[in-house]
Amino acid sequence: MEKHQLAIEVENLQKSYKKVKVLQDVSFNVEKGTVFALLGANGAGKTTTINILTTLLEANSGTAVVSGFDVSKQADKVRDHISLTGQFAAVDDVLTARENLVLIGDLRHVKDPSRTAEELLKKFDLVDAADRRTSTFSGGMQRRLDIAMSLIGNPSIIFFDEPTTGLDPQGRNAMWETIKTLAKNGTTVFLTTQYLDEADQLADKIAILKNGKIVAEGTANELKKLLPQGQIDLRFHNQKQLDAAEKLLANYAMVRNDEVVSLTVTTDGSVTQLTRLLGQLEAAKIETTEFAQKAPTLDDVFLKIINEKETK
Amino acid sequence: MAKRSLRHTVRSMDTIITVAATPIAMMLLFVYVFGGLGSSLGNGSVKYVDFIVPGIVAMCVVSGIAYAAVRVNMDLQKGIINRFKTMPVAPSSILGGHAVSSVASNLFSVLLVILVALIVGFRPSAGIVEWLLFGGLLTLFTAATTWLAIMFGLLAKTVEGAGSFSYLLLLLVFVSPAFTPTDGMNPVVRSFAEHQPMTPIVETMRSLLTNGTIGDSAWSAAAWCIGLLVVSYFLALRIYKRKTS
Repeated sequence: MEKHQLAIEVENLQKSYKKVKVLQDVSFNVEKGTVFALLGANGAGKTTTINILTTLLEANSGTAVVSGFDVSKQADKVRDHISLTGQFAAVDDVLTARENLVLIGDLRHVKDPSRTAEELLKKFDLVDAADRRTSTFSGGMQRRLDIAMSLIGNPSIIFFDEPTTGLDPQGRNAMWETIKTLAKNGTTVFLTTQYLDEADQLADKIAILKNGKIVAEGTANELKKLLPQGQIDLRFHNQKQLDAAEKLLANYAMVRNDEVVSLTVTTDGSVTQLTRLLGQLEAAKIETTEFAQKAPTLDDVFLKIINEKETK
Repeated sequence: MAKRSLRHTVRSMDTIITVAATPIAMMLLFVYVFGGLGSSLGNGSVKYVDFIVPGIVAMCVVSGIAYAAVRVNMDLQKGIINRFKTMPVAPSSILGGHAVSSVASNLFSVLLVILVALIVGFRPSAGIVEWLLFGGLLTLFTAATTWLAIMFGLLAKTVEGAGSFSYLLLLLVFVSPAFTPTDGMNPVVRSFAEHQPMTPIVETMRSLLTNGTIGDSAWSAAAWCIGLLVVSYFLALRIYKRKTS
């Protein structure tokens, strides 16, 4: 019963090229109809993972089940249910936009390829350019056509490999909207990205991949909770007060910033500790000019995780 | 997929003409500049233009198939191959599309070359049967080298690299009796020239066109072409299966 809710199940996936271990031990699940982001720096193994899930590569060991089918044993069945949008617009530039769409429609055995093409041209604002060769298209237009091609045949899972790399801000927003719309209509979206705000914006669940291992997994909020919640910023009138405050709060973890005369203090986030801390300052007659509670961003989480593993 | 290759062929008229241009220029060069040398062939019994047309045709094909390598490599670079590979489409049909388009456009190029040859005095003595056999061998040769090109296109790291292997084949055309009889060659070169695949292919074409007979190297020519075709086809498919963009 529970299995049917999963669009992708990955267990102990390993992949090496010659002697380099690209994926060490990757496991995760993606629920149907959700957006899942695989986050990681360049070379973390994101594309390798997506290539295995889309049947392009065979893993050395471990299992991956996509849409209920094993990617290595039932690759053809998997291919019926997925579509891949790569890092570059995979359009045939000798053909026109319409011909590209009809070609994919034919290959996917869609009932009426020309009508499907027409609908997608409208949906992606490409009607005026429909009969031009795509070699004359701008990057943004090629990208739109690329996605339109991915939607043909209504795949239940769409894989995006770094969908916004190389796009201008406008193009990026359009891409985000497209992905959100897809998710709203029940398509499962699996995307890789190196941008945290992208994962934060789009994903229901995020997994952070580092050196071929999943080092953290959860919703954006869950990941943010991995960080100490109670970071506070305290600003002071002058250096003297800053010195005094630093001495007074020596038992807390903190970062001093002389330029703006401030201390960033890490607390456990509880009201009791916060009250005690402010009470101490009050008692010592150290006046704060500004007080701000810092909500951790996904960037903080990411940097913390990356750095943690680096120092180990 | 067949529709795609057809459109590729029709829309690459410029390629067809470019491919034909160099061999045509070479032919004119040979005929009008080196023609004096060639007239001594066989005591003047064979016109030089008649002698070199098969070689020029082979040259046209081996330079033309480089485009198949380039196109396949571009599909690879752009992720088009990835896209097709993640769809329920047979690998043979994806690569086959490229092969069909390459063979068709190369046959067009060869047609142009032969037309120009006729204008400058090429007088084949082939009958209908010989022309058909010539067409068959030409198609087989083009298909075999096209699959070789596709294989190189899949292996090459860059688009530029993909096209460059055809120079090797071009060299084979020159080190063969395509433009000059092997009698006058250095013994080492000569023995190579007499045993390499391009020789029986060119000689059979020449026999068919100028002597109106099939000649004695037809079996050898056909065997080389079919062997190359089969080996390249299966190697190309194998490489394709494990290759990602």
